[in-house]
Amino acid sequence: MEITVALTGNPNAGKTTIFNQLTGARQKVGNWPGVTVEKKEGLVQYKGHVLKVVDLPGIYSLTAYSIEEIIARDFILKERPEVVVDVIDASNLERNLYLAVQLMELGRPLVFAMNMVDVAKARGIFIDYELLSKLLGVPLVKTVGTKGIGIEELLETIVAVAEGRLESQPVSINYGPEVEREIKLLTELIIQNQDLSQKYPPRWLAIKLLENDREAINVVRKTSGAAPILERLARSEKRLREILDETPEAIIAEARYGFIAGALREVMKVSALTRRTLSDRIDDIVTNRFLGFPIFILAMYALFYFTFTLGEYPVEAIEKAIEFLQGFLSAKLPEGLLQELLVNGVLGGVGGVLVFLPNILLLFLGISIFEDTGYLARAAFIMDRVMHFLGLHGKSFIPLLMGFGCNVPAIMATRTLESQRDRILTILINPLMSCSARLPVYVLFAGAFFPGRESQVIFGIYALGIVLAMILGKIFSKVLIKEEDTPFVLELPPYRLPTFKGLVLHMWEKTKVYLQKMGGVILIFSIILWALSAFPRKDHSPPPIEDSYIGRLGKIFAPTLKPLGFDWRMGVSLATGVVAKEVVVSSLGVLYHVEEKGEHSLREALRHSGLSPAAALGFMAFVLIYIPCIATVIAIWRETGSWRWPAISILYELTLAWIIAFIIYHLGRFFGW
Amino acid sequence: MAMTRLEDLRTGEIGKIVKIMGNGPFRLRLMEMGFVPGTEVRVIRYAPLKDPVEYEVKGYHVSLRHEEAANILVEKLS
Repeated sequence: MEITVALTGNPNAGKTTIFNQLTGARQKVGNWPGVTVEKKEGLVQYKGHVLKVVDLPGIYSLTAYSIEEIIARDFILKERPEVVVDVIDASNLERNLYLAVQLMELGRPLVFAMNMVDVAKARGIFIDYELLSKLLGVPLVKTVGTKGIGIEELLETIVAVAEGRLESQPVSINYGPEVEREIKLLTELIIQNQDLSQKYPPRWLAIKLLENDREAINVVRKTSGAAPILERLARSEKRLREILDETPEAIIAEARYGFIAGALREVMKVSALTRRTLSDRIDDIVTNRFLGFPIFILAMYALFYFTFTLGEYPVEAIEKAIEFLQGFLSAKLPEGLLQELLVNGVLGGVGGVLVFLPNILLLFLGISIFEDTGYLARAAFIMDRVMHFLGLHGKSFIPLLMGFGCNVPAIMATRTLESQRDRILTILINPLMSCSARLPVYVLFAGAFFPGRESQVIFGIYALGIVLAMILGKIFSKVLIKEEDTPFVLELPPYRLPTFKGLVLHMWEKTKVYLQKMGGVILIFSIILWALSAFPRKDHSPPPIEDSYIGRLGKIFAPTLKPLGFDWRMGVSLATGVVAKEVVVSSLGVLYHVEEKGEHSLREALRHSGLSPAAALGFMAFVLIYIPCIATVIAIWRETGSWRWPAISILYELTLAWIIAFIIYHLGRFFGW
Repeated sequence: MAMTRLEDLRTGEIGKIVKIMGNGPFRLRLMEMGFVPGTEVRVIRYAPLKDPVEYEVKGYHVSLRHEEAANILVEKLS
């Protein structure tokens, strides 16, 4: 029998660890359709059953507040998994039970995985788990995810519940006579409505309506017999407000916590001695008023260095290997189209895909360490004041910082953000963080036109990117994404030691996501771009760059770049730069007929090309802002799950690049550069 | 009884929640995270830039921005 198991739980409750313990490395990672939320599935064979474990997003509640919550509850309601497992942090029981009591109302068989029981015990929290299980009517398994304790028993319990050998009969929470009266009235009406009562547990839907749940109200509105229910709802709301002087949703939330407090009074004893934990003492240092920022900067520097400076070695090795293969193939194959296709198109494309891998691996190893230890939450805590000013979340900082290395892993790193709104905003402005591939262009132009002032000029370009990101962040958060600013209720979980298995799995997972979802597309586009530069053929060999299709495309656009002071060669080089921005330099080398490879001669050629320093500065700004490389565009597409965002991204970047370059050029001219 | 806003409590001080002001999903979210009337909240620390602030509520740690903590009316204890 195939058993679908939905795994749910609060963030930081150790859900991922339990998922990893259950499924091992046999995981399928993807996205929930149409959104940036990650979906993970894994298969487990257990005693003749196949368990399909679906890892739902980590959530605190089941309101229609965030996409994550809607995904989780829709999955449980619509896919009707045989068993729902709620992973609960035993050391943070009260808050974790808030989700649990809501899951109890969803009408699916429920099992509690009471996780981190060792931590609870060490903190002097004593819980009578058997009694808790009995009080709530839900089977309960004690687990320690990080040590693999209780996993076997959890599987056993899941199967027993699925087979009907073990009962999961959650008790229903009493919301008090006034609310219960309205729930009853609404439930009766819902039961009469076939469309609703067949799809949703009537009592649950009644409670959701009283909670003023957007999605639930929409569901009712769409059915034919909506009027009496909505009428009743309006009257119920009014009545409750009058009697209790409070909104129904607040009364219900209070009642849930009241129910939980009642249950905990019976099952939980906390030793009077509340010691300051090690975690508190670490935080005294890490988020200290004076030490907080220095430690934060050090941590960020370490992450950046680790990812990009150390990552440079494997990147170089990959490039060497590809070059070697290219040389080998060129020598073995007869000259012609096939050789070019394989050597420049395919191998070049494969190289273009693989060079991102070391950075992705290392960045996600680093982020996993930050995330699993709990430091990521502290980093967000420290940086939130600054990021909030930009309309962003404290956690947006890391993806933005990593953009200075490479935008592709940086965009993937937005997965650490909880809300879809924050993720999309951070993705959209990420390309303005000047990645390392753009540096060679700056170096070339600053060296040619601003000798002696290179570092100031280059620093200025980086700063320009940051300032533009700040402005656009503000604009986008107001215009494009109308969802209200997410409230900043950031949990600061206790520090924990990450497990080796968890780190490796996380890294492997991201690598797989990259290779499967992006690698293939990047390869295809690389080959297309190669073809654009290799055709139309001239005497059976590749045309000069300016006559190739991509060159012609550049030339077509060149007139639009004239007001910026760019000549057609610069237009062509920009077109080729879509492959990867450093290509702009090599294209310019070819276009200006620089024979020797050295940069010195290209600098000379540029200087004598009649280009003004003002236009050169504008060009640098243009390279900073215009379309990020094809891999970044694909990363944006795959991570947001729609073509809308990469399209918006390209559009704003091209427009902005033009405007900024125009301003720089004309201001520069005005000052006589 | 000294009523004040949660955001005005200083490090180490404890307040008992009296009322959550504001409205809509945002208010509900605060309550769902454990900020319900009758609950005691302790100020753990301010972030280095004074905002947000870390609180202990229902046995766990959570941080709120000032603009959010301003919506929580507390009775100052201790």
